[in-house]
Amino acid sequence: MGTTTNSSSPMVKAEQVHKNFGPVQVLRGIDLEVSPGEVCCVVGPSGSGKSTLLRCVNHLEKINAGRLWVDGELVGYRQRGDKLYEMREREVAAQRRDIGMVFQRFNLFPHMTATENVMEAPVQVKGVRRADARKRAEQLLERVGLADRMASYPSQLSGGQQQRVAIARALAMDPKLMLFDEPTSALDPELVGEVLDVMRALAEDGMTMIVVTHEMGFAREVGDTLVFMDDGMVVEAGDPREVLANPRQERTRAFLSKVL
Amino acid sequence: MSDSHDSLSKKPADEPGSGGGDVRERVPPEAIRAVPVRHWGRWIGVAVVFALLAALFQAFRGADINWDVVGEFLTYDTIIEGAGKTLWITLLSMLLGVVLGVILAIMRLSGNPVLSGVAWGYIWFFRGTPVLVQLFLWYNLSFVFETVNFGFYKDEMNDFMTPFLAALLGLGLNEAAYMAEIARAGIQSVDRGQTEAAHALGMNNGKTMRRIVLPQAMRVIIPPTGNEFINMLKTSSLVYAIQYTELFRAGNTISTRNLAVMEMLIVVTVWYLILTTVFSIGQYYLERYFARGNERVRPPTPLQRARARLTGPRRQRAGRGPAGGV
Ligand SMILES: Nc1ncnc2c1ncn2[C@@H]1O[C@H](COP(=O)(O)OP(=O)(O)OP(=O)(O)O)[C@@H](O)[C@H]1O
Ligand SMILES: [Mg+2]
Repeated sequence: MGTTTNSSSPMVKAEQVHKNFGPVQVLRGIDLEVSPGEVCCVVGPSGSGKSTLLRCVNHLEKINAGRLWVDGELVGYRQRGDKLYEMREREVAAQRRDIGMVFQRFNLFPHMTATENVMEAPVQVKGVRRADARKRAEQLLERVGLADRMASYPSQLSGGQQQRVAIARALAMDPKLMLFDEPTSALDPELVGEVLDVMRALAEDGMTMIVVTHEMGFAREVGDTLVFMDDGMVVEAGDPREVLANPRQERTRAFLSKVL
Repeated sequence: MSDSHDSLSKKPADEPGSGGGDVRERVPPEAIRAVPVRHWGRWIGVAVVFALLAALFQAFRGADINWDVVGEFLTYDTIIEGAGKTLWITLLSMLLGVVLGVILAIMRLSGNPVLSGVAWGYIWFFRGTPVLVQLFLWYNLSFVFETVNFGFYKDEMNDFMTPFLAALLGLGLNEAAYMAEIARAGIQSVDRGQTEAAHALGMNNGKTMRRIVLPQAMRVIIPPTGNEFINMLKTSSLVYAIQYTELFRAGNTISTRNLAVMEMLIVVTVWYLILTTVFSIGQYYLERYFARGNERVRPPTPLQRARARLTGPRRQRAGRGPAGGV
């Protein structure tokens, strides 16, 4: 963990990414590089565009300008010559398969048990046989510490348990990149730890992760890089321990003094 | 965090309302035996209702109704056959209405302007015209088209457009327009996060709709669909006008022969009540099924409730477990 080699090609690369909703400029030229195996933590004030950036990475939002690559492939577009072609729905779906996403509000499927939630995408998208998918789902749920809650519906689980099911659900697709959008923000304080533990274990296994979070302790301990965003731009990026200890930019300092 | 919990439970036990104290030393308080509120209004209501029922009963006893005829024809072959046909045309029309309605709702909500425009036009036409007129339009199609020709199938329109087919098309296509609005409300009631989660897992729009959105929309769609079903049972009596021999027409045909008009109407009424009652019970269980995963709003079945009453208060929460007994 930790050592990010410059030689390997980046897992995620953003070049001057712009995104606006109507007249509102939400991302205003994001440059970002995340290497394979890297844990990149993104912090910043509310409304700075952190969620929007994550959603652009798996094409839940279309970017308006700039370029965005995941594992060397343009996200949502095909380039021929100097012309860009929008991808068809099927191609976009195929790209998203390899990118796991965990949401602030879990978004588990409420009409399915924990196991069924985890099995759903492998069976429906990859065509895995149900029996195999079930076995794999049970292993994953065990891995996130939910061996005894497999038959429970989301409404019967605590927030922390639901979020761990959501992580298992994303892992079931064997993603090469995991996106976390404030995975612990909707949790009671005593439940935050159990979710962070799962994420820490995942990082130790070498998963490439982009984590939007307000948990500075997690960023310091687990993060390889810390990106501070404000007003749709990357204000400062670097080693988390360094940035947190002596931020170079005034805006970073102001933000950190409020949250630390 | 756990420290603060400990300090909480160390509060003195005699403090009122403090949970988790030293329970062993407490004697449970005496159960409350208060005089319940008397609902005088209800008793007066019951008396009034009984008085009215008695008056009604008296009036009908004096009326010129031959109850023997009612009893005799209640299980008469053609009446039962008619009831069966009412049930059949209702089921098929609703099936057509639900399937087409859901498709129309999805078209209406799709980003494709052609699809949503077509759906809008369909709903505009079929909701804007009386179903009786639509039934006659289908039935009389042979006035303007003498033959049908689908390429693979050719026939005289008169032979093709039977009363049954005209009834099915008239009722079903009209129903689809209403079901489309119901399904649209249901689909829109599902949190957008569900679609995003499914898309993020690599599911395409079709799979997301079928596997994730529609099953959740069902909870909103089923109750009004049950109403539509019961409405359809009754509306289907209109097809007597286009010669389809369902329950109402069966009763009518007999009464033109035996002249027991009122008696036959009572027979038909009883049958409609039987059909709607059976459907109401089915609807209850269907709603329960689609509330799965939402145990907190899921009511126990009457059977479970009766069992809970017999075995006492201990069992009252039995219906909440994951194995809620579907
Ligand atoms: N679909 C949308 N339509 C219009 N505006 C949007 C949309 N999504 C986000 N925005 C706007 O974009 C800006 C950035 O939103 P975003 O959710 O990315 O912020 P964030 O950094 O994740 O904030 P938070 O910490 O509160 O989650 C906000 O001003 C928001 O109002
Ligand atoms: Mg956000």
